[in-house]
Amino acid sequence: MTEKPNPEPFDEAEYRRRQRSRANMMAWMLGALAILFFFITIAKMQIFS
Amino acid sequence: MAQSLTHGEMALPADWRDLFALTKPRVMSLVVFTALCGLLAAPGSVPPVLAFSSILAIALGAGASGALNQWYEAGLDAKMKRTAGRPLPAGRLDPQTALQFGVGLAAFSLFLMLFASNWQATLLLAVSILFYVFVYTMWLKPRTPQNIVIGGAAGAFPPLIGWVAATGSIAPLPVLLFLLIFLWTPPHFWALALFVRSDYAAAGIPMMPVVAGEKSTRRQILFYALIMAAAAIAPWPLGYTGALYGWTAVILSAIFVALSVQVGTRTTGEGDLMQPEKRLFAYSIAYLFILFGAVVADHWWPL
Repeated sequence: MTEKPNPEPFDEAEYRRRQRSRANMMAWMLGALAILFFFITIAKMQIFS
Repeated sequence: MAQSLTHGEMALPADWRDLFALTKPRVMSLVVFTALCGLLAAPGSVPPVLAFSSILAIALGAGASGALNQWYEAGLDAKMKRTAGRPLPAGRLDPQTALQFGVGLAAFSLFLMLFASNWQATLLLAVSILFYVFVYTMWLKPRTPQNIVIGGAAGAFPPLIGWVAATGSIAPLPVLLFLLIFLWTPPHFWALALFVRSDYAAAGIPMMPVVAGEKSTRRQILFYALIMAAAAIAPWPLGYTGALYGWTAVILSAIFVALSVQVGTRTTGEGDLMQPEKRLFAYSIAYLFILFGAVVADHWWPL
């Protein structure tokens, strides 16, 4: 689909930086979702009780 | 393709900023706002956490649609100045990652909606995502200049989904709000298409100014602006909203029509700066934001 004219040279430091940045982002999002799902459950329990 | 970011067997993981850009955050802001207005204008009350989760699900669904749209159109985006810097055509992201991200986000948005609200809203969200990706992006957009007329329905879903998430049923007011966005889309996009016409022509996308010419596009902008104004004002005489919304709709729609008359009746020469078209495009965004704000204000603080 997309042809890139100049391939990006591989950079070990950049690889690690992106990996770390994505892992951090994923950890924060999973934490936030766990909290959100907890409160959704509480709200649903209150509605149905 | 994916090889552009690889070194042997190693591939650079996508930067999260590029994945975020894939969701078209600016389009998402309008989606979130209109969905929120649909939810807040609905009768009854929804626990804040459920309201927040429903809006989040709609935002993620819109983001997934945007990501799948960019995945499919990466080749076309590369040919247009306006879109050449996006993560896929610029080569910062490989198509496989974009596809997986889009499908995963769509599935998660539906799961979240089902968990937080009801199956009716989940079904509507699924229909809006499938409509945007398959009907608009893959089928209509590359084939017909009427692409955004029918495809506009995809962008018109959010207030309806917001309302259904709150109530579990469809009512006349959110259907009228759906109709309003549906009719607002052609003048909004064709105003843009008039001043980026060469971009669309270069990419081979049959947008109205490219296929039918400028004169016909201008006439149709005016035509749609008139019926959109009627749809915008309709909830007031029909008794679904009060005077606060009614007068806001009358005044803002009159300005919209006046700007459309300016665009619809003019002819341009070589080197024209297209100021009236740019003005109409900018105003159309503010118009929708203010009008939907008025729907909520009218519901909470009726005159």
